[in-house]
Amino acid sequence: MPKDAQPVIVTDELVAGYLPGVNILNGANIYANKGELIGIIGPNGAGKSTLLKAIFGQVQIRSGSVELHGKNITGLKANKLVSAGVAFVPQNNNVFPGLTVEENLQMGVFQKPKEFSSQLDVVIQIFSELKNRLGQKAGSLSGGERQMVAMSRALMMDPSVILLDEPSAGLSPMLQDSAFVRVSDINKTGVTTIMVEQNARRCLQICDRAYVLDQGKVAYSDTGRNLLVDPKVIELYLGSLGA
Amino acid sequence: MSKESKATQKSLIGDLKPSPGVKKVDPILVADGVSKRYGGLQAIDVAHVEIPRNAIVALIGPNGAGKTTLFNILTGFETADSGDWSFDGKPLRGKAPHLLPKMGMVRTFQLTKVLGLLTVMENMKLASLQQIGERLLASLFPFFWRGQDKGLEVEATDILRRFKLLEKQADFAAGLSGGQRKLLEMARALMTHPKLIMLDEPMAGVNPALTESLLDHIIDLKKEGMTVLFVEHDVAMVRKISDWVIVMAEGKIVAEGLPDEVLKESAVIDAYLGSHQDSDLGVATGRITLPSTAKSTRSSK
Amino acid sequence: MDFQSILFNAINEILSPTTAAYALAAMGLAVHFGYTGLLNFGQAAYMLVGSYGFAIATINGWPFFGAVAVSLTLSLILTVVLGIPTLRLRADYLAIVTIGAAEILRYVITTTGMTNVTGGAEGISGFKGTFEAMNPIPEGTYNLGTIIINEYDLWLRITGWSLVTLVALLLFLLMRSPWGRVLKGIREDEDAVRSLGKNVFVLKMQALAIGGVLGSLAGVLFVLPRAVQPGNYATTLTFFIWTILLLGGAATILGPILGAMTFWVLLSLTQGILFSLVDSGLIEFMTVTQVGQIRFMLVGLLLMLLVIYRPQGILGNKKEMSFGV
Repeated sequence: MPKDAQPVIVTDELVAGYLPGVNILNGANIYANKGELIGIIGPNGAGKSTLLKAIFGQVQIRSGSVELHGKNITGLKANKLVSAGVAFVPQNNNVFPGLTVEENLQMGVFQKPKEFSSQLDVVIQIFSELKNRLGQKAGSLSGGERQMVAMSRALMMDPSVILLDEPSAGLSPMLQDSAFVRVSDINKTGVTTIMVEQNARRCLQICDRAYVLDQGKVAYSDTGRNLLVDPKVIELYLGSLGA
Repeated sequence: MSKESKATQKSLIGDLKPSPGVKKVDPILVADGVSKRYGGLQAIDVAHVEIPRNAIVALIGPNGAGKTTLFNILTGFETADSGDWSFDGKPLRGKAPHLLPKMGMVRTFQLTKVLGLLTVMENMKLASLQQIGERLLASLFPFFWRGQDKGLEVEATDILRRFKLLEKQADFAAGLSGGQRKLLEMARALMTHPKLIMLDEPMAGVNPALTESLLDHIIDLKKEGMTVLFVEHDVAMVRKISDWVIVMAEGKIVAEGLPDEVLKESAVIDAYLGSHQDSDLGVATGRITLPSTAKSTRSSK
Repeated sequence: MDFQSILFNAINEILSPTTAAYALAAMGLAVHFGYTGLLNFGQAAYMLVGSYGFAIATINGWPFFGAVAVSLTLSLILTVVLGIPTLRLRADYLAIVTIGAAEILRYVITTTGMTNVTGGAEGISGFKGTFEAMNPIPEGTYNLGTIIINEYDLWLRITGWSLVTLVALLLFLLMRSPWGRVLKGIREDEDAVRSLGKNVFVLKMQALAIGGVLGSLAGVLFVLPRAVQPGNYATTLTFFIWTILLLGGAATILGPILGAMTFWVLLSLTQGILFSLVDSGLIEFMTVTQVGQIRFMLVGLLLMLLVIYRPQGILGNKKEMSFGV
């Protein structure tokens, strides 16, 4: 992947938490270059989801900063972030169950409704299975299909960065694999992608670079391939099951 | 099939052939003709299923197969349209869910139900079935229940340590991460001293290295005489610790058998496992770069 | 403006027997909502049942404690009537049913058909005899610094606040116990507690009963310094108690007490100041009678501000409220 002079998104010593006085992130430093697929793995409570939520303004940032294309976006409200080009796919409750697939996608492009048709074409290219489901209520879809709708919706605004919180969570092995393939497909269209994952092995297999978060800080960072075979990482995070 | 596997199979189903609903030599939970419809959808249509005593049984299947619904029906959290099921020979249909733990049957939930406004330790103590202080009159006299509470604390401390949650014992459970909540819910269930423990995706969101260390604890549960029935998507985990696998799809039981046998069945692969199981997705998606050109920047803080 | 009289009136609210009654009622509501998550919008009904039960029994010749027992029995009956149909359902149902029950009771009490029992719209008076008879304090007047009262009033204050203290101690024991722990669990997630083997329905009934008994005792205490008047038991009463509970801190024991004191002091102060200002001509857009109505507006405003800006009240725990779970 061609490397630009400046990373698309950078966090600098991010400190954040939910409860007063308790920090989950203790100075997290990550960055992503244009078009990269970045993975974030680590033990429970390490702050992986918190990191994404902090970038997307859903958790109070206590110190540190986030920059997008060189501009400071720390603490910006979600609607401003979406127009700035950041998309977020949460782990749960990520579709409107009472709305059809098409309506969900329309919600995705809410800020620029005129772009709906052209963006819909782009999205159907990646998620062709959705073409026949446009009129179906999102709540009646299976878990894997809903995951697809959630990701598609995030893509409708043609974001420069997409943040995914555990896209494979709760899916059967076959659907997990297709979720990872889809994330890779999304990334191949040029969108810088950051994904938090608990299925560390699959995540590392497809990402360009990855960070291992532990206790709110980056403990290891390297290419996905190198981390996959690093004995320390295997011992502490990956485990040897399914090797 | 190895000699060991043959022996395991014989101990579970005798000389019968593995098939959906096959009778077990010593079943602890038996269900017959359980069905449930939601509007136009037949969510559950289980002709017959038996869970063998003192074994670790995995219940796998694609999303929407009905695994959680079956759990809910068996534990009384949802009603069935028809069917009968029994635990240790005692009929369960129509029994209120809170009566089951006393009988020895306990479950965890797919979307965790830890009590966020209580501390981790309080969650653990709450689970005990014997705390006399939970009776209204006895509660007014600390003299009656103090000692018991201390005893529960000791027991809880031991379990929390095993699950690596001990330092969090005084924190409100709502402050735990998703994976930690899963662990707490499982630890909490153990406080009821169950005979059958039903875990709904116990390792979802739990980091792989920790999962590995906990599998030994699940095997310990079996050694202590418990039966474990768990729903999981982690195939490696299923292969490693289960004695028996039951596969559900579209509300029905479609396969049963030893893990290695069942996971080889083409129907299971097509509907559930996918054919990429053992392959490297980096290769499959065309992303992989040759090792010699990969850059390395290591930073450990 | 007579600052001393305004100030003294406000201070007198702190230990007034009416404040004690409201504190008791709020403690009952704390058991319902603060600790168990039950949405009881009919605490006025429990107070009504307590007041009328006691008054009617007394004027029919019952001794003091017998009349109190009547109040408590009626309270338990009300709990059964309200709880059995609703506690197996969602919380909202209890809320709706309790609002309805309180109003139904009030109208039933007021109907002309019941007048010979309940006094109808006129209410009941002349039931203080048995309580007065128990008074050990010698006749006379007593100067408490900011107010001069007689022996009945002193006796009433002492018993009222002793009762509040005793109840506070009992609740403290109860809520620290494993029983209290289960209730906190129920407040958050009934299914989780059921899955751990607890009979949630029975526990909720127990909580409803206890909070209801406290409400009815409050009803007895409430009428001892005055007559029983059906107009006092309208929904306004319920919302005053809710405001007091939220002001002090819903899931605490001292909260309802502090809330009751603060509430009445604040009301008295604002009323006193406004009244003086209007009376002395410094405020012209209001009449003296309107000052009384302002009371209700202020309470409503206070309730809204509390819920928006400080739902944990004065003594509540911010952490318990900061999860949005």
